[in-house]
Amino acid sequence: MVTTVTGTKPLTKAGFGGGPKSPGPNGNGSPKRNGHRDAFFDARSSANRYRIGMWVAMASILMLFTALSSAYIVRAASANDWQPLRMPRVLLLSTALIIVSSITLEFARRNLKRGEQGAHKRLLVVTALLGLGFLGSQLFAWKQLARQSIYVSSNPHSSFFYLLTATHGVHLLGGLAGLMFLTLRSRLRTDNELAAEKSQAQTDAVTLYWHFMDGLWIYLFLLLFLWRQQ
Amino acid sequence: MSAETHEAVHRHEPPTSFIRKYIFSLDHKVIGIQYIILALVAVIVGMTMSVLMRMNLSWPGTNWPILGTLFPGGAPGGVMNPEFYLSLVTMHGTIMVFFVLTTAPQGGFGNYFLPIQIGAEDMAFPFLNMMSFWVTFVGFIVILAAIFFSGSASTIGPIGGWTGYAPLSALGQIAGPGQGMGMNLWIISIAIFCVGSLLGALNFITTLLNMRTRGMSLMRMPLTCWAWFTTAVLALLSFPVLLGGGILLLLDRLAGTSFFIPGGLYVSGILSGTNPSFPVHTGGSPILWQHLFWFFGHPEVYIAILPGMGATSHILSTFARKPIFGYRAMVFAIFAIGLLGFFVWGHHMFISGMSPYSAMTFSILTLSIGVPSAVKTFNWIGTLWGARIRFTTPMLFAIGFVSLFVAGGITGLVLGQTSLDLPMHDTYFVTAHFHLVMGVASIFGMFAATYFWFPKMVGRFMSESLGKIHFWITFVGVYCIFVPMHVMGLVGMPRRYAQFTEYTFLTRLHPLVVFVSVVAIITVLTQFLFYFNLIWSIFKGKKAPANAWDATTLEWTTTSPPPHDNFAGVLPTVYRGPYEFAVPGAPNDFVMQTEPETEAERVGGNGHNGHRH
Repeated sequence: MVTTVTGTKPLTKAGFGGGPKSPGPNGNGSPKRNGHRDAFFDARSSANRYRIGMWVAMASILMLFTALSSAYIVRAASANDWQPLRMPRVLLLSTALIIVSSITLEFARRNLKRGEQGAHKRLLVVTALLGLGFLGSQLFAWKQLARQSIYVSSNPHSSFFYLLTATHGVHLLGGLAGLMFLTLRSRLRTDNELAAEKSQAQTDAVTLYWHFMDGLWIYLFLLLFLWRQQ
Repeated sequence: MSAETHEAVHRHEPPTSFIRKYIFSLDHKVIGIQYIILALVAVIVGMTMSVLMRMNLSWPGTNWPILGTLFPGGAPGGVMNPEFYLSLVTMHGTIMVFFVLTTAPQGGFGNYFLPIQIGAEDMAFPFLNMMSFWVTFVGFIVILAAIFFSGSASTIGPIGGWTGYAPLSALGQIAGPGQGMGMNLWIISIAIFCVGSLLGALNFITTLLNMRTRGMSLMRMPLTCWAWFTTAVLALLSFPVLLGGGILLLLDRLAGTSFFIPGGLYVSGILSGTNPSFPVHTGGSPILWQHLFWFFGHPEVYIAILPGMGATSHILSTFARKPIFGYRAMVFAIFAIGLLGFFVWGHHMFISGMSPYSAMTFSILTLSIGVPSAVKTFNWIGTLWGARIRFTTPMLFAIGFVSLFVAGGITGLVLGQTSLDLPMHDTYFVTAHFHLVMGVASIFGMFAATYFWFPKMVGRFMSESLGKIHFWITFVGVYCIFVPMHVMGLVGMPRRYAQFTEYTFLTRLHPLVVFVSVVAIITVLTQFLFYFNLIWSIFKGKKAPANAWDATTLEWTTTSPPPHDNFAGVLPTVYRGPYEFAVPGAPNDFVMQTEPETEAERVGGNGHNGHRH
């Protein structure tokens, strides 16, 4: 088919959206990165879905906490009934625990990358225990407040304190489920490239989420106890 | 190892057990159909409610014996009481917006066709996809429970409207019939729905970013995929805000907090704090709920209509046998609409007493959405311009979509201006506006999509003659219903009222009200023609070839219906953009995306310099 209509401008332009091109970049990564092999079956790109999915999920969770934060700020300004809570001291312990757990999980992730599976598994368990410790410490803070007869409906600040810690805690439970999944995951296979990339990507995703929970808690902690109305 | 042999071993067989294959299926196609069936059921419930509302508006006080039998509390002696009407308003809106306009376009058609159109064998996370549907399904069951267990015999759900404005929605049973258990179930249903939609959105975005096949660059995707992607981004960022608001609302109702309830309220003869049924509240902000709700609510409008825009662009190009006019502009317009959609929620709240400066800002941003919307409209018209159009049923509905989008969008420019919105906001003018542009236009997009993709999903065409009857009655019908409503609104007829018999200035409108109701009933009955066509064509429709409409995109390269893994183990390679119709020199008037470059194209250098060969 060599005949083209003389004098007719092609209806489709080359480049974006029209005109033939050789297969270009696709969802599984650009062939430029490792030109010698078929980019489409790049195992690393295929496993990337776990990392992408986690970033997307975090955007959504961030919006939930953005909504609750703006409610916090608006509600604090809407009336004169705001009575700031005295910070339960145990929250400092919570904060320390979750920061340390982030560090141990980061080491676990790097151990897997280096192929040290024993250390990887041990650090996962340590992280999960630290996470449980964090939740216990949060529950203890609730107990301390309840002992002072400060409940969810006592005043707007306590409402938000219980709400934000509970919402964060529920999301952290998701992180613990992720850690449990990583720990109980059947023996890691390193012979198969796709399987190895997949387990690394899943570990990266859970680690990312855990760091996010860590950062989120620090943010909430600052919002609850350092941000002041007026 | 060649790509083909590598791919051939990737072939997946479907599960064999009935439950894994059709109920708890991980296959995006089955899940898409499940979503569509959910929407088809929900829309009957919502439509029935609108007919009941129209009956009460045009013939108030009439005795409908069947209503008296079905709802002895809501229509004692067959005469509908006002609370019953208000609960109809609430449930009609809720079911239509959430369980029809959000499920069918995105969860239904998006789920079915996004992976196929980008050349993937399934969604990125099939298990999450299944969860997304079943969570949504539970949400639907809970909203139905709100109908039957509203806590009051005289209503079929809460009476506060689909927007659930506080403090009415935050107070509990004391605020009125249906505001007790009915409202609790309403909030829980919406919260569950949010979670289901978020799982879906997560999956859509990851799939589109990660699983496009070889050669499927972003700018080679069909516009439908761009629309579903943008919709998923909107859902991802807006549903969490509604979820957050819902949690606060539920705490106000059940835990005694005061996020939305101001102090000193005096409701049903009881002062806040003087009675156990009305605990003390102080300092809450009802406007805060409006902000949280509409921050979700406005993007939700685009969640409903963007997939329709995508389907319309796709179908117009296919049946005009021309490339879509301005592909790149269309992509940017979709994104611009989605982005601006996050900054205009205040235009729903002009009458809430907001500062005129904020109102001005929201107004300017709202009117600026007119720019990308006009880009889309002109490009649709540009696509149709000078084309030899094939007037098939899907094409008629797609053209209908453009018509309705323009007709409904024009009044958006009116309502987007604060000074005009203030007097018109609580009138039928707004009802007419959003029904045309968000309700009916989206549904027309879905009708177009159904007639267009039915041959792919089932392997048979839907009846064209029944489809055309369906189109013309529905098209004329919706204009006859909603154009008079604009007039009612201009005269000052307030929306949400159960009847107007007490307003002498509205009595001369009564013939118009009756006319609208009669047309509405005819139009609703016509929809059963569509249902009949749908079911009849599954068994008796004309057999469809793999490429039923001489179209170009990837779904038409596989069999009808597609196999379990979409492409029978061999993923396609894409060489072209999605709308290569009427390419000079090509043997057919369409070139499929999988068609490799021809000798002429290679020599001619991407179609430039057609003389040289």
